Amino acid sequence: MTVPVTIRIQEADFDVAAETAAMTRGRTDIGAVVSFMGLCRGVEGDDTVAALTLEHYPGMAEEEIQRHADEAIKRWPITALTIIHRVGRLVPGDNIVLVLAASAHRQAAFAAAEFLMDYLKANAPFWKREERSDGSRWVEAHSRDDAALARWSKD
Amino acid sequence: MKVKYFAWVRERIGVDEETVEPPPAVTTVADLIGWLAARGEGYALAFEKPGVIRAAIDRAHVRAETPIHGAREVAFFPPMTGG
Repeated sequence: MTVPVTIRIQEADFDVAAETAAMTRGRTDIGAVVSFMGLCRGVEGDDTVAALTLEHYPGMAEEEIQRHADEAIKRWPITALTIIHRVGRLVPGDNIVLVLAASAHRQAAFAAAEFLMDYLKANAPFWKREERSDGSRWVEAHSRDDAALARWSKD
Repeated sequence: MKVKYFAWVRERIGVDEETVEPPPAVTTVADLIGWLAARGEGYALAFEKPGVIRAAIDRAHVRAETPIHGAREVAFFPPMTGG
């Protein structure tokens, strides 16, 4: 059976309960759904963040996420995936990203969700601009995110 | 070929995409960065640290030494910060 994969990049908010219901409706083979939600934080160290603006590479972002979803399905017995990433201006408390990974059992769902999040953080074509008390700046990439992604490498 | 810029690369250059015709001596991604950097102040600023710049050819990540021959769309951007 083809594993259903939903990928959306959108300005609009999402609802985790509605997305989970849409994913599991009519299915009796799903025994586990792992959900990860990333939210916009209002604090960064000692500073406050008023807003985040997210930019992406239209086309490439969707294709790359699809490729990594396919990779997750190859690696683990996944039965459904939903990946939603928001773009545009978001304020603290807003949702940024949702990953839902479904499987018969929890281990595969946890692993796939973590793999997809590590990929989204370090290598998906999205960029964040932060509005702080002293002006706005592009968020710099963290080497810890590259390290998190590298542990999934099969080289 | 079409060239696209994202995030602070786009801001420094001042346009999000353009069509360019580099000379035949420009054969790799690194050559293209060098050639673009000489086009003006904004370009020079965007590409002042070429080692930081990431590139994609036809929507796939590539390295500095990748040939650009046959590319329809080349994109330049900073390290990614999604999620």
